[in-house]
Amino acid sequence: MLILTCPCCGVTGEETEFHGGGEAHLTRYGPGSTDEEFQAYLFRRENPKGVHFERWRHVNGCGKWFHAARCTVTLEVFGTYPAQTLRPPEDLLERIREKRPGWRWKDLS
Amino acid sequence: MSNSQIPVTQSFDGVVEVLALPAQGMVTLRGDLADERLREAVNDTVGVEVPLVRRADFQDARGVIWMSPDELLLIVGAGQGAAIADRLQTSLAGGHALAVDVSDARVVFELRGRRLREVIAKLAPVDMSPDAFTPGDFRRTRFGQIAAAFWLVDDTCARVICFRSVADYMFGMLCHAADPAAELIVY
Ligand SMILES: [Zn+2]
Repeated sequence: MLILTCPCCGVTGEETEFHGGGEAHLTRYGPGSTDEEFQAYLFRRENPKGVHFERWRHVNGCGKWFHAARCTVTLEVFGTYPAQTLRPPEDLLERIREKRPGWRWKDLS
Repeated sequence: MSNSQIPVTQSFDGVVEVLALPAQGMVTLRGDLADERLREAVNDTVGVEVPLVRRADFQDARGVIWMSPDELLLIVGAGQGAAIADRLQTSLAGGHALAVDVSDARVVFELRGRRLREVIAKLAPVDMSPDAFTPGDFRRTRFGQIAAAFWLVDDTCARVICFRSVADYMFGMLCHAADPAAELIVY
């Protein structure tokens, strides 16, 4: 069971109170982008075994979107953070470096 | 609120009493909850201050409930929702806030009895131990398959709200969880 803490209302709940929203920190290419950029935005997703960054919504709760960093193997949650950012907070990245030395996710490591 | 004189529309006497309360006035207010103007408008209009995070504060039958970082649910007398929403919208004019009468959107149930923590814990993924959930605490969550929210009035009285469209499901589920043949004693 995945246990998440919503950074918007502070509730720590199990996953049935939340709804997954897919990969975090996508760049939404639109009009004016190249075919390659648009195709990548629409179809190409990370599918890591290990550290992953996702969007979640506290759907049966405060209703807000937020980000979560977790391990897809153990379901360990490294941390959650607000939706209003393009990049995970540095202290969270540091925590992941300690727990999963050598991890990589897109341009993060 | 614990000994409310509001007549009930449906009731069940089990491990706890399950009461379907009649219509109440309800107003959704969206805005910046830190904004002084909004906080004053709420206090002036409802007579209750903006509560802390995940709390429900009441003065007699009127209450203000923290729903999300930018949303309050105001509980007022039956039939007063539209007037209260108008007054709020007027006093908040020019700012970024929205008050809407949602009195018909939701229904309220009351649970009375010592075992209400067990009854709620059967239905919602919430830690109902007395240390974790105290009177005045408010929680949006799910009961069974539906979105719902509840708050503790005191240790023997809780109120549960859900959308009106699923009121029958909620009432049936609460009665089922309160069936004396399935009594749980945990807390
Ligand atoms: Zn939340």
